Amino acid sequence: MDNDQLKDNLIRLVTHLGDNNLILGHRISEWCGHGPVLEQDIALTNIALDLIGQARMYYQYAAELTGGNATEDSIAYLRVEREYSNYLLCERPNGDFGTTIARQFIYDSWHYFFLHALQNSADKQLAAIAEKSIKEVAYHKRYSSEWLIRLGDGTSESHVRVQTSINDLWKYAEEMFEPAAFENIAISNNIYPRPALLKEQIDSFRLEILNSATLTKPEVSYFQTGGKTGIHSEYLGHILSELQYVQRAYPGLEW
Amino acid sequence: MESNYNLETRFQERIDREEKIEARDWMPDKYRKTLIRQISQHAHSEIVGMLPEGNWITRAPTLRRKAALLAKVQDEAGHGLYLYSAAETLGATREQMIEDLHTGKAKYSSIFNYPTLAWADMGAIGWLVDGAAIMNQVMLTRTSYGPYARAMVRICKEESFHQRQGYEILLTLCRGSEAQKAMAQDAVNRFWWPSLMMFGPSDKESTNSAQSMKWKIKRKSNDELRQQFIDATVPQAEILGVTLPDPELKWDEESQHYNFGEIDWDEFWRVVKGHGPCNEDRLKARISAHEKGAWVREAAVAYAAKQKEIADQKAISA
Repeated sequence: MDNDQLKDNLIRLVTHLGDNNLILGHRISEWCGHGPVLEQDIALTNIALDLIGQARMYYQYAAELTGGNATEDSIAYLRVEREYSNYLLCERPNGDFGTTIARQFIYDSWHYFFLHALQNSADKQLAAIAEKSIKEVAYHKRYSSEWLIRLGDGTSESHVRVQTSINDLWKYAEEMFEPAAFENIAISNNIYPRPALLKEQIDSFRLEILNSATLTKPEVSYFQTGGKTGIHSEYLGHILSELQYVQRAYPGLEW
Repeated sequence: MESNYNLETRFQERIDREEKIEARDWMPDKYRKTLIRQISQHAHSEIVGMLPEGNWITRAPTLRRKAALLAKVQDEAGHGLYLYSAAETLGATREQMIEDLHTGKAKYSSIFNYPTLAWADMGAIGWLVDGAAIMNQVMLTRTSYGPYARAMVRICKEESFHQRQGYEILLTLCRGSEAQKAMAQDAVNRFWWPSLMMFGPSDKESTNSAQSMKWKIKRKSNDELRQQFIDATVPQAEILGVTLPDPELKWDEESQHYNFGEIDWDEFWRVVKGHGPCNEDRLKARISAHEKGAWVREAAVAYAAKQKEIADQKAISA
């Protein structure tokens, strides 16, 4: 693989990481002003802000690698559905607070251990982004774990609700462990951690928290995947039509 | 026991000496009630005020604007929290205050009953609505009730940041394309008069004002603050190059103030009484968030009780 191909591959990888955070951050930002209690409204908005901030770091890096007129905004706003490569999990609707927490827990439990490993990336820029992000993500992981436990071991209603959410979302919990082609190339260049090596740690963390929450780990026959290669659920298109509205209605302007 | 008459006289003397009244100090019942009404109304305005701006978070045109808007709306939630806490020092409970908002007993600022129809509205709200709020809030940093005054100091710092941010959104639009300029002008047209209404009825109509001035809860009248706002804002509009939608707006050499046209008080009272374009939607959104969150709050309480029981049992067996 020549240098140009390696660079293109890196751009895909970095954009994928940005997409995960942008799309999940977008979803969480929908809570702003509608949280179950003021303190949690503030906490969720914090997480949305962190994720969007992290997305910006990845997109700025992708724009720098791309060169030309690329900017964080052209990458975030001006692609079509099939070009986004976020996990399917990130685009799942918010549902009730328990569903949002369950989605966040699944994401954070991967995100934290992933960033931990990414700090050792041979790509210095990615390592630096990971080092900066992991402090925020450690908080996200604590927040979603604590709330999962609180809801799982709260009232019988909250237990049933959050168990249902976990059951519904678990089929999206393993997409991160199946490397796409662009990930495999990065893995072989020591840019990217090998997902299989993270899986054991993540599985055991997830199980520990589910147990503390008195929740059962669902049995899943078929895990859903495809987001990384741009095969999304129908939700993404609607997220993008909202996200991109102003940029599409008034192309090429400064805001 | 000291007579109420003496207590009230001494209370007024403290106010006159510019002493701050603190939570545990004696205060007339009406002073307490007025403050609870005003502070909770202010808190509700912060919370309801999250909705019109929240309406644009998912559609903000750049990532930088999106992050700034999210942070701004989050600040408003934070302001709501400090203000609810300040009202709690007077014996109000958050549950009761929220219930009063939901039943319509407590009011919030009418400005939030107007819809946000374009991205430029985020600029107009920051510039005009936060600008008008700051006039009032700067005055309140010197209000006689200590916890309220201190909450205001913190809030004012963030608000003036928000105002600059809003102005900068408009400035960018006004230096942009024709469509962007038109969008900015339209937002200013829609928000100008409702912003002037934020200062409340004119002094001759304002029923609560005289006593609040005597107690130094308020230190400037509605009309004084409104004039101060207009005087500060007109030159800023000139820099933007937008026209304020009032043909009578004109500098008056003699008074050294801007003269302005008559506010549509029918509209003012109509919106206050619940018939603005978004009153119903705003309240429904708040009530829905609260109701949908009930099971979450109950779960948190139940979990905390279980944890306490476990801790107590450990303490007993230790």
